[in-house]
Amino acid sequence: MSLDNILNNWSDYRKAAEEGGFYDPEGNHPYEHRWTMSINLDLCNGCNACSTACYAENNLAFVGKERFEKGHAMSWMRIERYWDDQDKDYPEKGASFLPMMCQQCGAATCEPVCPVAATYHTPDGLNAQVYNRCIGSRYCSNNCPYRVRYFNFYSYYDDAWPEPMQQQLNPDITVRDKGVMEKCTFCVQRIRSAKDKAQMEDRPVRDGEVMPACAQSCPTSAIVFGDTLDENSAISKLWKKHQVKRNVTQQHKENPELRGYRIFEELNVDPSVMYLERVREEV
Amino acid sequence: MMVNEKDINEQIAWAKINTDVLRSMENPRKSYWVAVAVCLAMVACAMLAEYIQYTVGMGVSNLNNPHMWDMYIATFVFWIGMSHSGTLLSAILHLLHADWRKPIYRFAEAMTTFSLLTAGLFPIIHLGRVWNMYWVLPYVSDRGIWPNFRSPLVWDAFAISTYLSASMLFLFIGMIPDLAICRDNTTGWRKKLYTALSLGWEGNDRQWRNFRKVYLLMACFLIPLAVSVHSIVSADFAMSIMPGWHVTSFPPYFVAGALYSGCAAIITLFIMLRYFFRFEEYMTLPIMEKTAKLTFAIAMVWTYLNLIEFASVWYGHDMYNKELLIAKATGPYAWVFWTMLFCGSVVPFALAIRKLRRHMPTMFVVSILLNVGMFFERWMIVAPTLSLSHEPWQWDVMWGSIVQWALVFGSFGWFGLLFLVFVKVFPSVSMYEVKEMVFHRNMTAGQRDVLRMTDHAKPVKQTPGVEGA
Repeated sequence: MSLDNILNNWSDYRKAAEEGGFYDPEGNHPYEHRWTMSINLDLCNGCNACSTACYAENNLAFVGKERFEKGHAMSWMRIERYWDDQDKDYPEKGASFLPMMCQQCGAATCEPVCPVAATYHTPDGLNAQVYNRCIGSRYCSNNCPYRVRYFNFYSYYDDAWPEPMQQQLNPDITVRDKGVMEKCTFCVQRIRSAKDKAQMEDRPVRDGEVMPACAQSCPTSAIVFGDTLDENSAISKLWKKHQVKRNVTQQHKENPELRGYRIFEELNVDPSVMYLERVREEV
Repeated sequence: MMVNEKDINEQIAWAKINTDVLRSMENPRKSYWVAVAVCLAMVACAMLAEYIQYTVGMGVSNLNNPHMWDMYIATFVFWIGMSHSGTLLSAILHLLHADWRKPIYRFAEAMTTFSLLTAGLFPIIHLGRVWNMYWVLPYVSDRGIWPNFRSPLVWDAFAISTYLSASMLFLFIGMIPDLAICRDNTTGWRKKLYTALSLGWEGNDRQWRNFRKVYLLMACFLIPLAVSVHSIVSADFAMSIMPGWHVTSFPPYFVAGALYSGCAAIITLFIMLRYFFRFEEYMTLPIMEKTAKLTFAIAMVWTYLNLIEFASVWYGHDMYNKELLIAKATGPYAWVFWTMLFCGSVVPFALAIRKLRRHMPTMFVVSILLNVGMFFERWMIVAPTLSLSHEPWQWDVMWGSIVQWALVFGSFGWFGLLFLVFVKVFPSVSMYEVKEMVFHRNMTAGQRDVLRMTDHAKPVKQTPGVEGA
């Protein structure tokens, strides 16, 4: 351990702290990518395929019925089901579904509160969670308005994957032990491998090259994923078409028929997931 | 009719003060040992609970997805709050020349230190990976990893450790002349201990002068620390965006609550020590009355801050906050909420009645009720916000498991144990300051004025010291 090393570390740290991460209300961000998602609620039929695919892809633990009921479930991608009384006369009797996962906020509330900086913003526009660094103070989860951070209340390794189930664990992802916070990563391992491949072939990442497990498994293709910094990507066009802007607390649209919105936009957390409202047919 | 009663018997001999206090360290009543045994049993329960939680996982405490924090953090805030009244009595009242604090400030200051030692355990206990707790400290590592200085939890670590070390020093410095008295009157292991701790105190003018200066300096240093510590603890909540936590008035609200629960605890311990060690002559009814009046005033400040918080939520028309306030008053936590308001705002009116203020058993019950109210207040800050936050899918109510409660109760045992050991090993009534108090009160008004002007600058000729033994 040399003194130079320590001083350099400190100045690096100060630089990062003064630049204040990647959030910039003016939009002059130094992002390399800006991964975003769009979920068409009109296409979502609540089949839970996305959630199941997420369990398989990300080595999520099955906690069992008892612990599920206690609120210890680890479903990074969950389908929330609501009953709207005013929509009772529609064929689906007012049922509606809302796929909910980490919104990868641009001004994430979870990031500044972590005492050990285990959760931070990447140049890809993601909220990264460093499992090795997490000490389990759970402050991030308390400060998340979406409640999409999941804590390992137990060590699930033996219960969730009895022999020979460990064989099906995804080798690209760690299995988290007790006392660690985890959440949706937008399938960061897939993003990583696509970026590596593009780098080796000396080209930018193509649109559609990265597809998270949930988007891949959605039977109605309700989930679209991509890089909004790429002007020509499908996701960029979708955000533009629905006139959903980032870094605002309210969307002002020329055409009120446009369906795009972001959840809890008024909290000014700049979520990266755009939802498209349901279209109700006349009875 | 109010009788102009004296805070302390002014004819009491200095030698008697020494004998009485030294005797307290030798032969307490049997009930002292019963209290020690009860505390040990409580600590044993907590250790068992912590062992289970450490080996099995945080899930055994019933914490779940919306309720990532619960009783542990509430208890942490409670104990931090407890620690404030020691500083109030020993430092603020010292600067204000309120000399009635002198017979009771020592144990209040000890209470500060030990409740901080108890409070500090809870952020550690509630960590998912306890073994990595030192990562919140900015130690120098070759990997260049620093804690996140923007996080209120890191500020907590700094604030609490600073306050703890400062209040320990203050407790120790204030005790040096008394330790010298102990040194001169004991034998065996006690003699060795007090010899080492009294740092060669002889009671000469130079030592007294330096002692006064250091003591005053520490008192001035400690007051802003005490206020900042609880403000920083309130930042754990106020810096978040959660309804019911993101409240601008939290820092003063927390400090008022802290002084309140601390004063109530001083009354509880006052009565216990008075009984255990037969301190009737030092912990007198007039002093009790003054403490009770102080507590009553702080109770009213706390009530006022509560009311403005409710009013600002009500008229602020923020949907999340308003729903939460309604849910607190009518939902599953309603019994806790109303008990808190009853114990915190209605019960203290007992302190306004002179007859009750002078009745020890009533005061004991009242002081405990006040602290029940204050514990519930902390619980009502932490839990309902998590139960009813922004996301309706995660609305839930959670009651802590036996493991969680065992750790909470155990903390009272741990605090009690530290405190009981302290009062047995160290003089819990400040001998030299009681002598000072008696001396000052025997002076004429003119002498007192001269003294007041020179109090901290020059020692008076007849300084009470070790020679009184």
